[in-house]
Amino acid sequence: MTRRERADRRRGLLLMAPTLATLAVLTVYPGAWVLWLSLQYRVPAFGVDRFAGASHYAFLAGDPRFWSAARTTALFTVASVGLELVLGVAVALALVGQRRGRHLAFSLLLLAWAMPAVVTARLFEWLYHPAAGLLNVLLGGLDLNWLGDPALALPAVVLADVWRTLPFVAVLAYARLLGIPTELYEAAQVDGAGRLATFTRVTLPLLRGVLLIAVLFRTLDALRAFDLMFVLTGGGPAGTTETLTVYAYRGLFQMLQLGFGSAVGVVVFALVMLVAWAYLRLLRAGEAAA
Amino acid sequence: MSRGGRLRDALVLAALAAYAVPFVWQLLTSLKPEAELLRVPPLLPTRLTLDHYRVVLEQSLIPRALLNSLGVAGLTTLSALLLGLPAAYALARLPVPGRSALLLGIVASTAFPQIATVSPLYLMMRALGLRDTWTALVLAHTSFALPLVIWLLAGFVREIPPALEESAAVDGASRGQALRFILLPLLAPGVASAGLLAFLFSWNEFLFAYTFTATGASRTVPVALALFPGVFEVPWGDIAAASMLASLPPVLIVVGLQRYLVRGLLAGAVKD
Repeated sequence: MTRRERADRRRGLLLMAPTLATLAVLTVYPGAWVLWLSLQYRVPAFGVDRFAGASHYAFLAGDPRFWSAARTTALFTVASVGLELVLGVAVALALVGQRRGRHLAFSLLLLAWAMPAVVTARLFEWLYHPAAGLLNVLLGGLDLNWLGDPALALPAVVLADVWRTLPFVAVLAYARLLGIPTELYEAAQVDGAGRLATFTRVTLPLLRGVLLIAVLFRTLDALRAFDLMFVLTGGGPAGTTETLTVYAYRGLFQMLQLGFGSAVGVVVFALVMLVAWAYLRLLRAGEAAA
Repeated sequence: MSRGGRLRDALVLAALAAYAVPFVWQLLTSLKPEAELLRVPPLLPTRLTLDHYRVVLEQSLIPRALLNSLGVAGLTTLSALLLGLPAAYALARLPVPGRSALLLGIVASTAFPQIATVSPLYLMMRALGLRDTWTALVLAHTSFALPLVIWLLAGFVREIPPALEESAAVDGASRGQALRFILLPLLAPGVASAGLLAFLFSWNEFLFAYTFTATGASRTVPVALALFPGVFEVPWGDIAAASMLASLPPVLIVVGLQRYLVRGLLAGAVKD
C-alpha cells in the first residue's frame, strides 16, 4: 500500500466517523436493545422488570389477536401493493403521450405522495363520513358506514393507502417510459404487433426492473405502515384493521408492556428483513436465469 | 382520434378527478360555514368563510405545532446533510475499508421499521431527560434521514467524473479547493434533492413524534392534527383548515421545487 493510499483510507474513515458514531448510537444500539427488551417482563407502571426468556414469543404463537393482526398485515400489504402496481402503471401509461392536463395530473400525484399520512387519514375520514361524506354522496346517497363496518373498514384503509402511494409507482414507471425510444414502438408496429402484443412484449419487459424495485419499496412500507390506520380507525372496528405495527404500538404504549410490545416489534422487524432478503434472492435468481 | 387515444384521455381524466376531488373537497370544507358542513347535498356552500382558519390559528395548538415541525424538520435536514455529505463522499471516492458492507448496512437501515426501535429510543430519551423536546425528535429523525441522504448523495457523487477533481489538482488546487470549487457546485442539485426528501420525511413522520412528545413544547403538526380536539362533536371544518396548513410545505415543494423532488425520488429507487 502506498503512502497516498493509506492516507486516503484514513481520510475516508475520518469522514465516515461521525456518521458511524451516530448510527451506532441511534440505530444499531437500539436494534440490539429491542431484542434484549423483548426477552424481559418490563412494565414500568408497576415497577416490573425481570427476565422473561422467550415467553413473550411463546405467548404470541398462541395469541389469536397476534394472528389476526398478522393476517390483516398480509391482506393489507398484498391488496395495497397489488392495486398500486396495476393502477400506477395504468396511470403512467396514460400520462405518457398525453399533452393536456399532464403537468397538473403529475403535480397532484406528487402532492398526494408528499403529504403527511396523517393529513391523508383526516382527508379520507371526512370523505368516508356516513352522513356527509362525499363518497356516499357521489355513490348516489348511500349511507354506508365505511370506517365503522367490519367488512368495509379494511378495504377503506386500503383505498386510502392506494391513493397515497400509487403516485410512487406511477412516477417511477412514468420516468422509465419516457426513456423508451419511440423507434422501439415503431419497429413493433412494422412487425405487425398489436396494441396488446406491444404492451406485453415491449413495454412491460422494459418496465420490469423499475417495477420490481417499486414493489420491494412499497411492500416494505406496507408491512410497517402505521399512521394511516392508527388515525383512520385506530385498528378498529372489532380489530379488523389492526396490523402488527398497531398491535405492537398498543402493547408498548397503551398496555404499557414494554417487553411484550417490543417482542411484536421484533416480529415486524424480522418480517421486513425476511421479505427484503427473499426478494433480493429472487431478483438475483431471475437475473441469473435471464 | 384513435380508440387508444380516447381511452388514454379517459384514464388521465379519471386520475385527475381522483386526485383533484379530495383536495378540492378538503379546501372547500375548510372554507364552508359550520352550519352547512353536514348538509350535503348541495355540495357547494352558499358563502365562503375564513372562520375555521381563524379558530385553528387563534385557539388551537396548530401554530405552535407548525413552528415545532419547521424547527425539527429543518434541524433534521441540516444534521443529516452535515453528517451525510462527508460520509457519502468517502463512500463514493475513497478506499474506505469494508465499503460494500457499510453501503449494505446503510441501505438496510433505511428499511428498518420504526416500530422496532421506538421502545429503546423511548427509554433512551427518557433516561436522558429529552422527552418532549425538539432534540429527541431531531435525533430520532436523523437516524432515519441520514442513511437515506447518504445513499442518495453517494449516487450523485458517483455521477460526477472524478477526472474533474483530478485535473483541478493537476492545476495546483489543493484537495479541499477541488472539493469546494469543483465538486460541491456540481453536487448542489443533488444536495437539494436529498435535503428535500429528508425534510419531507421529518415533516411527515408520526410514530416517533407521537411517542416522544407530550405537550405543545414539541408536538409536531401530524401529532397535533391526529389529536385535534373536539368538545361535543368532531370539528370537521377546523380539521380541514388544519390539514390545509399542515400540507403547506409539501405543496410549496411540489409546486416550486418539483424538479429536485422528482430527481431524489427516482435516484432513491433506481440506483443499483
